[in-house]
Parts: sequence; C-alpha cells; structure tokens
Amino acid sequence: MSTPLEELFREEHGRVLATLIGVLGDFDRAEDALQDAVAVALERWPREGVPSNPAGWLVAVAKNRAIDQIRRTRTLERKTELLERLEPQPMEETAIPDERLSLVFTCCHPALGIESQIALTLRSLGGLETAEIARAFLVPETTMAQRLVRAKRKVRDAGIPFRVPSDEQLPERLAAVLRVVYLVFNAGYGPPVRRELCNEAIRLAAMLALLMPDESEVHGLHALMLFLDARRDARMRDGEIVLLESQDRELWDGLEIDAGHRALERARSLPTRGPYLLQAGIAEAHSDGVPDWPRIAGLYGRLAELDPSPVVELNRAVAVAMSDGPSAGLEALNRIEGLDGYYLFHSARADLLRRIGLPAADAYRRAIELAPSEVERTFLRGRLSEVQR
Amino acid sequence: MQYLLLINDEESDDRVDLMPEYMAYTQALRDSGALVDANQLQPSGTATTVRVRNGETLVTDGPFIETKETLGGYYVIDVETLDEALEWAAKIPSARFGHVEIRPVVMRQAEVGA
Repeated sequence: MSTPLEELFREEHGRVLATLIGVLGDFDRAEDALQDAVAVALERWPREGVPSNPAGWLVAVAKNRAIDQIRRTRTLERKTELLERLEPQPMEETAIPDERLSLVFTCCHPALGIESQIALTLRSLGGLETAEIARAFLVPETTMAQRLVRAKRKVRDAGIPFRVPSDEQLPERLAAVLRVVYLVFNAGYGPPVRRELCNEAIRLAAMLALLMPDESEVHGLHALMLFLDARRDARMRDGEIVLLESQDRELWDGLEIDAGHRALERARSLPTRGPYLLQAGIAEAHSDGVPDWPRIAGLYGRLAELDPSPVVELNRAVAVAMSDGPSAGLEALNRIEGLDGYYLFHSARADLLRRIGLPAADAYRRAIELAPSEVERTFLRGRLSEVQR
Repeated sequence: MQYLLLINDEESDDRVDLMPEYMAYTQALRDSGALVDANQLQPSGTATTVRVRNGETLVTDGPFIETKETLGGYYVIDVETLDEALEWAAKIPSARFGHVEIRPVVMRQAEVGA
C-alpha cells in the first residue's frame, strides 16, 4: 500500500518533472533534482505540514538543488549561462506552468523505438518506478533500466525537442502519442490483466484531454478505454475471457461507463471523426441495454473506410448478421480476403451457415483446427456434433 | 545543433535527373542559414577502403560493406532540434527513392562554450 505522501508525489511527478526538464534542458539533471526535492519533502512535510502548492514547492526546491549541483561542477561556459538563467528562488509557492504536453511529445517522439517511447512515458509522466515498468512488461529490471538510459541519452544527444510540435507535424505526432497510450492500456487489459497499466493509460488520456481539449481523438481514446475498463470485472472468469454477450452486466462499472459517455460526448462535439472516436462509439453501443446492431454495423463500416483491415470487416459482417439477418452477414463475410488463417473468421462463418441451415461442418472443422485454446475447441466441437446430427 | 544528413540511394542510370531539384534544395538551405557543408560523392565504384592492422596497411577496392543503396552525398546542417533536421532531411530529393540517415554531430566542449 502506498502512503498519502507517495500518492501525492506520484500525482505531481509528471508535472514537476516536465517543468524541471523545461528549465534545466536535461532529463537526468531534472530527475536528480526532483529526487533531491522529494527527499527534502519527505523529511519536512510530515513535520511542518504539506504546502498548499506541493508542485510549486517541489519545483522551487529542485531548482535550488540543481543550482547548487551546477555550482559544484561548474566547468563549462554553457552551465554558467544556465546558472544565470536560473535565478535562485525564495521559497514562495509560485504557480508553475504545465509543461507536461511538451514532455509527452518528447517521450513519444518517432525517433525513439516504440518500447522506449512506452517506457519513457510511464517513467516520466506516470511516475512509475523502473522496477514496476519492468514487471509490467515482463523484462528484467536491468533491461528496463538500460532501455530508459539509452532513450534519455538519445533525447539529449540527438536533440529531440522538448515542445509541442508545429501544426504541420501535430496530427502525426499526436497519433503516435495516442498509440503509446493505447498500447499501455492493451498491455494491461491482458490476459494476463495488469490493472496498474490500464489505470495509468486512462490517467494519461485524462491528462491529454485536459491539456488538448480541442482534439477529438484524445477524448475518443479516453472514452474507448473507459468503456472497455468498465467491463474489467465481468470479462474474466477463472482465468478465461468471458465474451461480451455472456458477461454479467451487474459487474460492469456504471460510474466508469458514465464517464465514458461524457468523454465521447466531448469528442462528438468537435469537428473531426477519427478511428478512436468510432471505436468508442462501438464500445458505447455495446454498453447499452440492447446493442443497436444497425448502428454498430454502420460504425464498423466507417472504421473500415478510415482504417481498412480484414478484422474490422469481419466485425462489421458479424454486426450486419445481427442487424439484417445471417444471410446478409454471410454475404459480407464471403467478400473478406486474407483471414483464412484466423479462427474467428471460420467460427463466425460456421455459425452463420448453421443459422441459415446450410452445411457448416467443414467451417467448424477448420475453426477447431485453428482455435488457440481448449475452451474454444470444446465449444466448437459441441456445435459441430449438433450440425452433424 | 549540427546534423550530418547521409544520402543513400541506388546507383542507377535510369533515375530521373534530380540535379535541378538538388540545386533548388541547396539554395533553400543556404537561404535559411542552416547550411554548413554539402557534397555529392563519386559513385561507390570509385571507393577504396583502407585498414591498418599490426602496423600493416591493407588497401581494398570498393566500399567496406557492399549494399544496394550506397552513400551518394551528404549535407551538414545547423538547426535547433531534431525536428528541424527531420523536416530538411525529408525534403532531400533522394529521400523519395533511397533513404537519408540523420546523425547528430558531436560538439566538443570548447566549441560549445565558444
């Protein structure tokens, strides 16, 4: 269990670190200074009480520590300049600018490998410890520590900027940021489930939504993850995934679904319609009492236009079958190419053939051949023996 | 910061003549004040590789590693951050056919202070 002070440090970590990187121009120096400031806080706050603006306090102390540090090692012209820029501050609690957005774009810069982007984002904005990130991604702590060191070195030596990209670059760079956040969520969604990653992804999306209120896809991704996360307690039973239609809705988190509705509402009030917004719309439709299948089929259709993929087409065909009947679904399914090795394609096809009353045994056999787990195979074998009767 | 932009492309004769584009690009770089240095290289067939091992000089014909896309020229530019370097690199005509590798140049401490 973490103490209230630890919670507070974690809460303020991204914001304080971002400000310090902005001032000091260096990840490592900023991290060291923050660590020093936290040590001072841990000593003083329990005795003297938590200041009214903890983030401002931490920034002021960290800056003073950095100045001391630079004075001690002053050898370079550059550091002297930096020192002049950094006027020692009295301990008053000034409001600090929120530079977390600049930090997000640094951490998710395409010049860094995707694994480094994820690690750096979780470490600096999420304030997760290196050991926690290593555990979550099932790599040794030393590997993760090296990954972070290398990433920070590249940020510094390759001159990766600490700022929000130009309007021209923004759409592409924002897409990269959202991808990192969604990858973190998916890594936590499992199986195996790692709650802390889902929470962290949702927290990051909420932060982005606050800092970029006019970006529809930010709210769209936030909404999508809230809807998915709301089903967390219902979607696993005895270590196995429970399909959406078989989930116990009593276990869904109503408050989180409400939050999802609100985020989606904001996304819809903005002009653009991106893939996250559409996926959030689909997740929302599934969260209603009776899914609106024609609407879901329509959303999959638009998603396929934006982001063509056979798996999206498969989902669309299944939704069409639910809304317009199995024959229409089969027709849509038969047009899909490139899924012959995908068991869900064959199990969906077998299911539609069975419901229409056409021979379905071969499709079931192919699905059984490709199914990834015994649970699915057992289910499909049951259906196969039904149609062979 | 200074960046070396290494231009790698296949050496083929049927490539459209990029020279006018390169002239315009180089002029744009110069006008922006970012240009430090630039050169086109003779084809890799003219390359010679030299190594010294145990005091002995070994000279071989050709580049050290034979690759399909070879180093054909370079720019050295001085810009604020990697993002500006990326923007300039993407505008190099050969980037549409081959690839451009961006390498930050090490700035020695004496130079940094100067």
